[in-house]
Amino acid sequence: MVWQTIKRWYHMLGSPRYFYTFSSLVLPWLTPIALVTLLTGLVWGLGFAPSDYQQGNSYRIIFIHVPASSGALMGYMALGVAGLVAVVWRMKMAEVMLKAIAPFGAALAAISLVTGALWGKPTWGTYWQWDARMTSMLILLFMYVGVIALQNVIRDPRQAARAAGLLAMVGVINVIIVKYSVEWVQTLHQGSTLKLFGESTINPAMKYPLLISMLGLWLLYAVNVLMRARTEVMWRERRSKWVAKLVTRPEKGEQ
Amino acid sequence: MAFESFADFLAMGKHGFYVWSAYGISAFLIIASMVLALRGQGQVRQTLARQQRRAELDAEVNDESRT
Repeated sequence: MVWQTIKRWYHMLGSPRYFYTFSSLVLPWLTPIALVTLLTGLVWGLGFAPSDYQQGNSYRIIFIHVPASSGALMGYMALGVAGLVAVVWRMKMAEVMLKAIAPFGAALAAISLVTGALWGKPTWGTYWQWDARMTSMLILLFMYVGVIALQNVIRDPRQAARAAGLLAMVGVINVIIVKYSVEWVQTLHQGSTLKLFGESTINPAMKYPLLISMLGLWLLYAVNVLMRARTEVMWRERRSKWVAKLVTRPEKGEQ
Repeated sequence: MAFESFADFLAMGKHGFYVWSAYGISAFLIIASMVLALRGQGQVRQTLARQQRRAELDAEVNDESRT
């Protein structure tokens, strides 16, 4: 039952045209929901959550640092899956996704590094340390940049997707290293206080705004991916009738 | 509200610089990525519309030269 639903979804969203229609329906709702959720979480976290008894107010960086970091990691996992599907099954939509997921993920990885450094200075006394967590996160940013660069350098989009897909798959190992680096080896970075399973060790007054900003940023990531995927679909299907019709119907004043 | 005044809120204890530059840079990167995604959409649309118009013009010219 579940398997069949997944299979149906796979085939429906695997069709570029269906994807375009589907995303046209989703985006007008998803965009405002994502923005409101993110802003709610951030305003709550910045202005209303209590200050930390050890770190004072510098800890408020957590409300962007953790959502951005988790978003960058999840985005890369999705990139790895898209890479696998693109390389093994040559599915067109997976190739599109490979292109659509990377840019926002790279931005989030950069945000994670910068906010982490700005949080580290007042807390640890240093902006940067070449330890397992920080180094592997920097590599994650490079993996994202590598996937984007490969797609830009190789002219043929199908060939580009194969190369980028392989790189995306290999990079998944690094995501696992980032995730468990704080448990496996000694690092300056603290372990996770938010747990999906079991008791979180973060104060609930800080946990809720954090969860809300996390959800908001993830939804915004989804919006960004849908927007970029639509552009890519339109370009790849430019010789089809349905795109031609879409382009002639003047939506905004044509130049 | 966790702060006494707006000035307090801006000061963030002694850590205003770190907190606000972290959020400033994050906002910049997120907004930039959204704007680039939007611009890309517009550009592809424009390019395709232009190509289509050119193709239609070419077809008209061909028709006229034939008659």
